[in-house]
Amino acid sequence: MRLRTAVVLSVVGLVVVLAVGAAPCFGQIDINIRPATTNMESHIGNVTGHAYGDGQLHPDAGVQSYRRFCVGCHGPLGDGNGENAQWITPEPRDFTAATFKCRSTPTGTLPTDEDLYDNITRGFVTSNMPAWRPLPAQDRANLIAMVKAFSPRWQTEKAGTPITIPAETPASIESILNGRQLFQKMECWKCHGPEGRGDGPSASTLTDSRGYAIRPYDFSTGLRFKCGDSNRDLYRIFMTGLDGSPMPSFADVIKPEEAWDLVHFLRTLQLSLKAPELATFQKYVASHPGQLKPIGPEAPPGTGGK
Amino acid sequence: MRTKYISVLAMVVLAGSALVVAATPPADSSIEGKITYTGTPPKMKPIDMAKEPVCAKQHNPPEDAQNVVTGAGNSLEYVVVYISAGDPGGAPPSQAVKYDQKGCMYIPHVLAMQAGQPLQVLNDDPVAHNIHPLPKSNPEWNKSQPPGTAPIDTKWDKPEFIEVKCNIHPWMHGYFAVLKTSHYAISDANGAFSLKGLPAGKYTVTAWQEKYGTQSQDVTIGAGETKQINFVFKVTPYLY
Repeated sequence: MRLRTAVVLSVVGLVVVLAVGAAPCFGQIDINIRPATTNMESHIGNVTGHAYGDGQLHPDAGVQSYRRFCVGCHGPLGDGNGENAQWITPEPRDFTAATFKCRSTPTGTLPTDEDLYDNITRGFVTSNMPAWRPLPAQDRANLIAMVKAFSPRWQTEKAGTPITIPAETPASIESILNGRQLFQKMECWKCHGPEGRGDGPSASTLTDSRGYAIRPYDFSTGLRFKCGDSNRDLYRIFMTGLDGSPMPSFADVIKPEEAWDLVHFLRTLQLSLKAPELATFQKYVASHPGQLKPIGPEAPPGTGGK
Repeated sequence: MRTKYISVLAMVVLAGSALVVAATPPADSSIEGKITYTGTPPKMKPIDMAKEPVCAKQHNPPEDAQNVVTGAGNSLEYVVVYISAGDPGGAPPSQAVKYDQKGCMYIPHVLAMQAGQPLQVLNDDPVAHNIHPLPKSNPEWNKSQPPGTAPIDTKWDKPEFIEVKCNIHPWMHGYFAVLKTSHYAISDANGAFSLKGLPAGKYTVTAWQEKYGTQSQDVTIGAGETKQINFVFKVTPYLY
């Protein structure tokens, strides 16, 4: 009886001590999120996202979701210096600079709200940014308003005009070979390597705009691209450039019809993807042995690799 | 009665002359000087362009890196000297400044311009470059410029010092000095600079070096006067 009482008492006492000790952990952590001082909206289709600059917690605003899902990496100031940032590479995006890799707009311009919405929906492969597709559309729209509120650029500048992408041309062998010539002429291989393995002569020296080492995409892995997976996404990637990274925009130097040729050739580099372009290309190589000059420094610059 | 008339007349004359002065301030004063250093400057390493043989061939012996360029008599080259206060600025000129890429180097290493002034980037090399300015207040962009393509026409709206690099050739490194004022100079191989065509007045002159930061001096110049001011940068043998 006595023993039982002692056991019960000590168990109760332990529970009380644990509960009191752990209370601060379960209470709301006060993270002072400080976005811009003005209100911000985002428009995705017929959904309007909100962020407010008055420091109050509005139930329908992005700050709630941001506090719950984003602050750990992107930080209370939105500058990419969250608690977890030091453990992550590539580093979380700094929203205060408003420089974004995946855009439909020309290099140096702000992305559209839809671009940012697509980005958080898709997430970024080979990074720590997950896909936020499970969040309701309204929450994602609110988060976009929040992302925009962190940079003063959104208050003075408008988003760029999305580039126009013409209808895709047939992925013929001519198109693929022309794309191959462009890969040589535009010197894509200097970073991405002669076989697209991300091992070009400049690859080891690349840094992003914050000075952190960054690797060029290795096509042979066949991994999804950061900015989407379709041929149109691939077209958009090299025509808009990935701002903040070493990948430049080729919009001024590649014609739209040539750009599709390059897309078709790039698919042949993604060996494990086994795209139809690869089969077409391999058939050509088998029937024309020794006719293709290797891509790379052997060819005189600017003459193409064919 | 008569004194009142005279004083009114005097006021009219004074106001009139003040208007004339305000309308056409004679811009015939100048500020000249020299940029020097004290201490031991870092030894710049020769640039290894082995990865781009076309460019390596153009530099025999190889060029040194240009972060700190020193000359005879402890002079410092590529220091931007400009009026940081006292000059209202004014509309930027419509004539473009040119930034050339030749032999896988930026020419000049530091290019100064007024905010809003047209800027043209040229590629005179037989290889492709990508021009990647890294601004903080202006929007960042990154464009490919293969040989034989048109110059890139652009401009910067906000004053700042912008680092420029080419990711394909990591040794390529330069600066755009985007300034509010139209009165600026870049120190030459002897460290000399000259700010000409200034109206008389009180100015703050600032000198900027990419590794050693800024220094400022207040100067008051009279009409037609040429004032000498010098800047001395304290240098260290190591760059941080």
